[in-house]
Amino acid sequence: MFDFETLRIIWWALLIFLVCGFAVMDGFDLGIGMLLPFLGKTDDERRVMLNAIGPTWEGNQTWLIALGGISFGAWSLVYATFFSGLYIGMLVLLFGLFLRPVGFDYRSKLPNPHWRSAWDWALFAGGAVPTVVLSLAAGNLIIGLPFQLDNDLRSSFNGGFLDLFQPFALLCVVVGVALLCLHGAVFLHWRTEAILAERARRVIVYSAILFVVSFMVAGVWVAVGLDGYRITSTIDTSTIANLLAKTVSKESGLWLANYSTYPWLGLSPALAIIGTGLVVLLSTKQHTGLAFITSGLVVVCVIVTAAGSMFPFIMPSSTSPTSSLTVWDSSASRYTLELLFFATVLMMPIVMAYTVWVYRVLRGKVTVEDIQKNRNVLY
Amino acid sequence: MIINEVVELSRLQFALTALYHFLFVPLTLGLSFLLAIMESMYVMSGKLIYKDMTKFWGKLFGINFAMGVTTGITLEFQFGTNWAYYSHYVGDVFGPLLAIEGMMAFFLESTFVGLFFFGWERLSKVQHLMVTWLLALGTSLSALWILIANGWMQHPVGAEFNYDTMRMELTSIADLFFNPIAQVKFVHTVAAGYVTGSMFVLGISAYYLLKNRDVAFARRSFRIASGFGLASVLSVIVLGDESGYTLGDVQKAKLATIEAEWKTEEAPASFTLFGFPNEETMTTDYAVKIPWLMGLIATRSIDEKVGGIKEILESNRERIKSGMIAYENLQKLRQDKLDTQAKSAFEAHKDDLGYGLLLKRYTDKVVDATPTQIEDATRHSIPKVAPMFWTFRGMVLCGFLMLFIFAASFYYNAKRTAHKQRWLLRLAVYGIPLPWIASELGWVVAEYGRQPWTIAGMLPTHLSVSSVGVGQLYLSLAGFFVFYTVLLVIELFLMTKYVRLGPSSLHTGRYHFEQEGLSHV
Repeated sequence: MFDFETLRIIWWALLIFLVCGFAVMDGFDLGIGMLLPFLGKTDDERRVMLNAIGPTWEGNQTWLIALGGISFGAWSLVYATFFSGLYIGMLVLLFGLFLRPVGFDYRSKLPNPHWRSAWDWALFAGGAVPTVVLSLAAGNLIIGLPFQLDNDLRSSFNGGFLDLFQPFALLCVVVGVALLCLHGAVFLHWRTEAILAERARRVIVYSAILFVVSFMVAGVWVAVGLDGYRITSTIDTSTIANLLAKTVSKESGLWLANYSTYPWLGLSPALAIIGTGLVVLLSTKQHTGLAFITSGLVVVCVIVTAAGSMFPFIMPSSTSPTSSLTVWDSSASRYTLELLFFATVLMMPIVMAYTVWVYRVLRGKVTVEDIQKNRNVLY
Repeated sequence: MIINEVVELSRLQFALTALYHFLFVPLTLGLSFLLAIMESMYVMSGKLIYKDMTKFWGKLFGINFAMGVTTGITLEFQFGTNWAYYSHYVGDVFGPLLAIEGMMAFFLESTFVGLFFFGWERLSKVQHLMVTWLLALGTSLSALWILIANGWMQHPVGAEFNYDTMRMELTSIADLFFNPIAQVKFVHTVAAGYVTGSMFVLGISAYYLLKNRDVAFARRSFRIASGFGLASVLSVIVLGDESGYTLGDVQKAKLATIEAEWKTEEAPASFTLFGFPNEETMTTDYAVKIPWLMGLIATRSIDEKVGGIKEILESNRERIKSGMIAYENLQKLRQDKLDTQAKSAFEAHKDDLGYGLLLKRYTDKVVDATPTQIEDATRHSIPKVAPMFWTFRGMVLCGFLMLFIFAASFYYNAKRTAHKQRWLLRLAVYGIPLPWIASELGWVVAEYGRQPWTIAGMLPTHLSVSSVGVGQLYLSLAGFFVFYTVLLVIELFLMTKYVRLGPSSLHTGRYHFEQEGLSHV
């Protein structure tokens, strides 16, 4: 149906789509987790925040699990190298994620205030830790990770968890935290009322400013300071290229090369910034639902900006650029990509359809009165 | 060379996290179906008590489900973190199954679980019932895909090695789906989950009956659990997955070690009920044997042989030697794709490549293996007999004990006197741990029994690990140990609290602790 080259570009796009799906759908849950102890001053207020996302967060997190499974199938070498290379980072991420299912389900099952406060901080960590680790990982993907592959395609790493804390990656953490706090606050503003909604509106303004500033600084950094990568040998895009046969150059500014080849790509960072302004405007005018859709688009633009700058690289290697994983040499076989393409195109629309139905059933604001009326049922 | 300690620690971590995850999965599988049955009875009969049952058992389901989700994410990540070479080597075949599982099953269960808890007021009766059934369907679909994946690890079909990309590549998804091992595994494991859910409901209901409280509630729960449980435990036993153990060399080795069948017996083989397997002398001391039974279990016939350990080792030795030739020619092909001589030699021996790779544990070059190393690799080409022998018998024993409990419960239920049989009620309470013991032992039989392979006959466990440091592994093991212990304590505390409270925890005003004169615990 497609030639192998097109198929792999589609699969690269689907990978980005899944990352976006996770960031948009679970991003606001993570953001609300981070805001939980600060925005909710009383137990009831915190329960309002939790129950605004309580029935749906689990489906949202599934985007991450699906992303894991699908990258395993479609980009096995990327999955293998990324997860084993960031070993401690991935475990910290995992331990952060552990706190969420139990946090939501167990927190309000006992009335003891110490119990509840402990779980609130656990849920805070459940929001903050994944956001920080994933932003850090994204920053390091852009910088390039220190790995190499041997002749059997076994990967090895020369760097530990602490090496991930590079200045540019830390800036990415600021971008990520600000972005998801913004996204979470916009959701809260939409689905809660009174004092809580008002507090959320203030967070929207502050996090929007922080996001725009840090995002622009990151852009300048990539343009003038950070090394990018480019394939300098010719690649046969019709087959799975021999990974170790390519040559790659690494120098400052190369990550902007795609913008001269495809000028329309510049729309993506521009829309991220304009969109953020629009989010603030729409929230001030109380168009809260529209503001949420817009902040979702901002999240998408940020991810597309990063991924688009790096294409065709998925995972550049800083110490052995030849070992870098690209669209042309790290995908699954043609048969598997076709199979998974049909599976995804068939199943994801169904998933999205029933997700929309569930959100429709649960529409409306969550209030303190709801919590007081259903003390024993709600989270 | 791969450090042995890394392999051992990675195996330990995978075993611990998988066994731990499997404490929660069977209950989720079984309880979700029981909830769907209870709610169906509510919708059909309109009796409020069935709604209360759905909600109360649903509360316990929720406590368990949260742990299942928590510990399940670990497994989705762990193939990449700890088994990176495995992920690369078979990702093209194994990965799609996890991908489909995620899209088809995980989204379904985790999207509808929220509505199950919070949708009672917002949905019509029938809509809510549909949500509950979709939740149950999601859990069983997840089991389907993961067992197809596991079935492929036990008996790899529908895939081929590609020396250009240095990995196995999928050739037919239908072969994977209709893999006979995957099919029996699915039925066996899912039915075991249903047994777990039933035993849980049966035992806890028996506890209320013994305490003589919420009797109407407990009797109805007891009845549903005994019926569903009896049907399920019969499926587990009759459709046990031994029937797949004659396919492929690795499965045959599993069967021979379970049975401690040191050498091939004339058909139909007898079954060693009891005895002490002795690895040194390759005999079973004090063996008590039942004629014909093994042949019947394993081959479903009286004229097929069941292979013995000595013969399996002989054949493995030959395959290792042939694998050395395959490996040697693979290296030549990696250097020069057009080397036709190497290519034809490789093609002739490629089915044994995995056996050649077993030598990687002893020598990195493989082709220079000494006779002693080949002997060593042969000796370690099947699992040890004693652990297989005992875990299998432990599992079967638990299965038959449960069969007795469910059959007796079903019988007295039919006579409407089950709630008066105090011995049976007590047995049901003490029997609660049985399905968990059986499931964990069953996991050991299936997965330890696959050693020394991750993919039977294709990829040795030794080669499958990531290039991570020993220190990192100790750190992650310690992290899992701390997190999992704390979470288990909290989970058991909450579970016990809500079990003791019973349906009174629903605050409907209709149950035991809410009646006048009784204080709220």
